[in-house]
Amino acid sequence: MTNYRRYLYGAHGKTIEMKKNIREIVLPLIAIIAAFIAGGIIVFAVGDNPFEVYDLLISSAVSWPDGIGYTLFYATPLIFTGLAVAVAFKCGLLNIGAEGQLTVGAFAAAWAGITLAGLPAWLLVPTACLAAILAGALWGAVPGMLKARFGSHEVINTIMMNFIAAGVVAYLTQYHYKLPGDAILQTAPIGEGAHIPRLHSLLVPLGINFPERLPLNVGFILALLACAVIYLLLWKTRWGYEIRAVGSNSSAAEYGGINVPRRVVLAMAISGALAGMVGINEVLGHRFRYYDGFSAGYGFTGIAVALLGRNHPIGVLLAGILFGALTRGGLFVDIFTDNVSKDLVAVLQGIIILFVACEALFDPTPYIRRFMSGRNPVGAPGRGQ
Amino acid sequence: MSRTLIISLLASTIRLATPLLLAALGGLYSERAGVINIALEGIMLAGAFTAATITYFSHSPWIGLSAAIISGALVALIHGVACIRFRADQVVSGTAINILFLGIPALLCGALFDTTSGTPQLPRSETLPDWNIPVLQSIPGLNQILSGHKPVVYFALILVVATYFVLYRTRFGLRLRAVGEHPEAADTAGVSVVRMRYWGVLISGMLAGLAGAYLSIGQNSVFTRNMTGGRGFIALAALIFGKWHPVGALAACLLFGFADAVQIRMQGVVDIPNQFVQLIPYVLTMVVLAGFMGRANPPKALGAPYSKG
Repeated sequence: MTNYRRYLYGAHGKTIEMKKNIREIVLPLIAIIAAFIAGGIIVFAVGDNPFEVYDLLISSAVSWPDGIGYTLFYATPLIFTGLAVAVAFKCGLLNIGAEGQLTVGAFAAAWAGITLAGLPAWLLVPTACLAAILAGALWGAVPGMLKARFGSHEVINTIMMNFIAAGVVAYLTQYHYKLPGDAILQTAPIGEGAHIPRLHSLLVPLGINFPERLPLNVGFILALLACAVIYLLLWKTRWGYEIRAVGSNSSAAEYGGINVPRRVVLAMAISGALAGMVGINEVLGHRFRYYDGFSAGYGFTGIAVALLGRNHPIGVLLAGILFGALTRGGLFVDIFTDNVSKDLVAVLQGIIILFVACEALFDPTPYIRRFMSGRNPVGAPGRGQ
Repeated sequence: MSRTLIISLLASTIRLATPLLLAALGGLYSERAGVINIALEGIMLAGAFTAATITYFSHSPWIGLSAAIISGALVALIHGVACIRFRADQVVSGTAINILFLGIPALLCGALFDTTSGTPQLPRSETLPDWNIPVLQSIPGLNQILSGHKPVVYFALILVVATYFVLYRTRFGLRLRAVGEHPEAADTAGVSVVRMRYWGVLISGMLAGLAGAYLSIGQNSVFTRNMTGGRGFIALAALIFGKWHPVGALAACLLFGFADAVQIRMQGVVDIPNQFVQLIPYVLTMVVLAGFMGRANPPKALGAPYSKG
């Protein structure tokens, strides 16, 4: 009898587990499909053919080499901000401040590139990267500290920090780092030594014919590395464990001896640092200066990327590439259709977040449980409940 | 500080506080019922856009105003369904709506007006009129502060009193509060938690939509992208600062409105760069949140989805 029970519970438990893993993948897929359907309706409503629009969107994003090149290039900042939001989520925090964090990170990278332009490349590049990371970390840590010390909600504080970042950086750019007479709000160019190479220079020696005109650069490699590092951090280190514990159940974590306020600040600092790394891709790898307004809402899109990627580095990577593809396709759609603008992409993102958030909508567990308990005479107390 | 300066600052304060107050009161209804409404910003944008667009086509600001209120309710309904029926995380759902309404108005502007930066300018005659209150307008000094505002302003001020009355002196208000404090007890007593929460969310949508309409066709005569500039979030901070009480919310919104009025007046006049001056309201919000959050008591069941049994 005991063997029979163990067999049933074991199988039942494993099935619930398998269902949960499948759900982690299926749920985002359903959300994407639902969003595309809803988006298609909107496209139809503004007067264009949804099939044509989607065809243009997808084909312009996956062509070689331009489509893939640009898709991955647009994906790079989204992977950084997606990781940023995901790490915060793992600690139970909602970081809406990635926009401000990436702004200060980018400016810091530019500042280092300008002020220390005399340094040789092997020193200047890491220094500028570090500047971006530290600036972002600081910008994330401040709301983290306010939450830890005063309990004030990080959502509002991070949003306020976004505005403050925009103002402070705009001021510094306009009055201290702009070239005199330059009409555009951007800083002077950074020193040559701070440039990081485009992937053209890395792939051509390997025999891959990747044109130089494509802006995909080493920043993308850094984004891939960041995914790996964050995976190791969250699941293979003590800090990561504690961050996740606080996110799971902060009272239980506290009872277990974890310093909750410190982990909150740590999580927000790491989150901000990741967002700041967007500056590396943008300033050191692309424009070679700080350009006011360079971010096309990367911080907010990062929220969608994190949610869609279920707060896991691999998911974030895939979701980031998807959104990069949407951005690339969106630009084409903007130019080549009559009525649809690239804001369609923002609309798709918002719908995706909504659908992913409505977990109960797609949750098959109640149905499975009913099915299982009908078949299983012993029932399944506790597991999967 | 001259007398005229003070008077004009106070008058500006009331004008600038009005959208905050409407949004904050909207947030009050929703949060008192237990549903966090971060989407106030997005709903305000939706209301602002709807008001400007409908007024453009109908040539009547009143029709535009009504349309904005309806659109606010509809957007809030999305949030409500996601949070109440599907038990989505309320902050995430609110954020999703905010992102959606960064994009939807621009998309529709592009389709309707061939530009994504905003709606076409409305002639002054098609924006909300100024109302001169008969007795108040003859008092020297006070007349600038209290008279000559748009009707929405007076509505907002009356709404503070009305909300106090509704919330604390009517059965509806009692049920609303009960559902936000202890939904299980309310449910046991026969109150429909779901229905009260929907009411709270819908009212918050209507008020936030109205707030947005005031921005586009009251204070200005056009809708521009992202014209709310964080006001929805500042309204939430004001609500928290005001301890989820209508009079507290009024005081907080007046404070933030004053900060905004000062900031506008200071630009170009004081030696501090404009970019820093503009940050005053945002820094103030953070300071306020840090200082008062510890003592604030949100409705106990705020943010927790309710499931029967």
